[in-house]
Amino acid sequence: MQNSFGEPQTILLLGGTSDIGLAIVRRLASPTLRTVVLACRDPDAAGDLVAELGSGLGSGLGSGGVDVRAVGFDASDSAAHATLIASVAADIGDLDVVIMAFGVLGEQSGYDADPASAAAAVTVNYTGAVSSGLAVAHQLRAQGHGNLVVLSSVAGERVRASNFVYGSSKAGLDGFAQGLGDSLEGSGASVLVVRPGFVHSSMTEGMKAAPFSTTPDKVADAVASGLGAGKRTVWAPGILRFVFMTLRHLPGAVFRKLPLG
Amino acid sequence: MDTPVPHRTRLTGWGRTSATTANVVDVDSATVTAALRETIASASADSGLSAHRGALVRGLGRSYGDAAQNGGGLVARLAGAAADAVIDAPNEEITVDAGVSIDELLRVIVPQGWFVPVTAGTRFITIGGAIASDIHGKNHHGEGSFGSHVRSLTLLLADGSTTVISPTVRPELFWATIGGMGLTGIVLDATIHVLAIETSRCIVDTQRASDLDHVLALMAEGDDRYRYAVAWIDLMATGKHLGRSILSRGEHARLDQLDGADLAAPREYHARVIASVPPIVPISAMNRASIKVFNELWFRKSPKNRVGEIQSIPQYFHPLDMIGAWNRMYGPHGFVQYQILVPFGAERALRQVIERLATSGAASFVTVLKRFGAANPAPLSFPAPGWTLTLDIPAGTHGLSAMLHELDHVVLHAGGRHYMAKDSHTTPEAIRRGYPRLDEWRAVRDSVDPTGVWQSDLGRRLGLID
Repeated sequence: MQNSFGEPQTILLLGGTSDIGLAIVRRLASPTLRTVVLACRDPDAAGDLVAELGSGLGSGLGSGGVDVRAVGFDASDSAAHATLIASVAADIGDLDVVIMAFGVLGEQSGYDADPASAAAAVTVNYTGAVSSGLAVAHQLRAQGHGNLVVLSSVAGERVRASNFVYGSSKAGLDGFAQGLGDSLEGSGASVLVVRPGFVHSSMTEGMKAAPFSTTPDKVADAVASGLGAGKRTVWAPGILRFVFMTLRHLPGAVFRKLPLG
Repeated sequence: MDTPVPHRTRLTGWGRTSATTANVVDVDSATVTAALRETIASASADSGLSAHRGALVRGLGRSYGDAAQNGGGLVARLAGAAADAVIDAPNEEITVDAGVSIDELLRVIVPQGWFVPVTAGTRFITIGGAIASDIHGKNHHGEGSFGSHVRSLTLLLADGSTTVISPTVRPELFWATIGGMGLTGIVLDATIHVLAIETSRCIVDTQRASDLDHVLALMAEGDDRYRYAVAWIDLMATGKHLGRSILSRGEHARLDQLDGADLAAPREYHARVIASVPPIVPISAMNRASIKVFNELWFRKSPKNRVGEIQSIPQYFHPLDMIGAWNRMYGPHGFVQYQILVPFGAERALRQVIERLATSGAASFVTVLKRFGAANPAPLSFPAPGWTLTLDIPAGTHGLSAMLHELDHVVLHAGGRHYMAKDSHTTPEAIRRGYPRLDEWRAVRDSVDPTGVWQSDLGRRLGLID
């Protein structure tokens, strides 16, 4: 249960090693926080992360601190998602905040050369989000409360030729997440769609930063204030909302000539 | 009789924070069992609490946090009829439906010369809620909390049966129900002691206290001469004025103390809501500037020392009830009420809390200090010998959460505790430390509700149930 300041007692991070996801967990941590579950591909390899996060989050009032644990989660194994979400909820109680932060970026040239790898990426970014998102929504609806935070991307706002496989998967994810939020109207649960621009993180290491680039901590700030204000969408940084509002309405002939990298 | 149908409804407490959605059903004592049948069946069919969301009774929703919420589960709003209350004058007791409010009850009993044994600062609470929260009032120092005046009650149990319990019949279950936050069952009716009064007026002495030491000394020395006593603290005052207060103490007026119009209608009782705050207040009207001005005026307008003023029951006991839905004044973020107890001897901790709040810039409009008397045998009852401080703060106040967590340490270290009916922010650890008899209460609860039919958001959040 979240308290009157919206501080969660439990957080489930789908994509448990995501820099942005972890930054959001740290930002939402307070003495109220009891349990954090990192759902990641290889939970055994996440031992250091679990230990580091556990000590970094400090301790609750006179307690042994925050219980951080890792569980196995394969975004492309859609058949396992409903069971996983149900078993996490059975173990730790109500899911106050679930952060959906998994995804692969990849390079467009690689996808062009190997169409099967493109389909695999889309399976993680979109299909995996659909199955896990529906499973989370089922749990939150049953609880009558809870927030699902979905990390979308500005890349889905107007898909660019330079990364259109990734961009189109995020476009699908974004539409799904908005619709999921609308479908939860009146249930007590809600969905926050987060649209960051270029984020300096391990996912983008070595890449040339796009204009209005940001950091995981700034995205986390935007998420925290979005949750506090009960918003359905946040942009990080906020100005990208207006940048993409413009880009979305440009005629194709103009859009194609823009040096968008 | 048709079984009432639940509707999915968003619920909050009086502080208007932490909403959850539940299946809300309106029932009375005749329909409540039918409405709960399915929930009871599914609870006993499942194993483990997470598999089902259970049921909870809700009165008028005046608990500040999530005590009367049950997200995803069933919430039964229990109605009652004050007109059906039966007064037993020789025994000075009344038997009344749990869904009846103190407001409705007073309208019936005051003109007949009776008063409730304990009332909170609002009369818009039900008898069932008064029992579940074991409420206290301005007379705690002499007369204890509401539960101490309950002679017996009928409880609907998790298996669908009902039982009549009292301090002598199933006393463990009785005292687990007093202050049990609705998690032992649903109180259907109760027989409570009522106080004989000659008039519907109060006779009130008001005194200004220049600082915290002054008000503590005045209360310690003089409270026992009055049935009712409470101090209003100006939390915006700092430095040498820290803790400056207005002490108000009183008693029910006797007939021979009235004259004029009062004497002409000595038991007349009119409780009115003179105005209501509209449903939408876009920003909080309660900010540091507005509250500081109000507090200053309030303090200055109060007499330095006035004796024997005649006030009506609503004026003396329920002044805020004159404004309907005053909680909306705090705007969309709502507000937090922080009520804590520190035992006698730990006045330093009390001062520390007041000082921290006064210098933090947190704006509290209603800050009340009260001296508690003896505790009753209920394991989760809040009052115990000591001082209780209550304040309302807008939930949007910057840094408030961190400060309250910090103050929790001070309070618990001093051997104090939180009042669960007001709480909306603290942790299971704080409750475990503040209520050392929690496990004793849990054992009783588990024995009467092994499958977890009775659940609430507060129970989940504070680890009362698991």
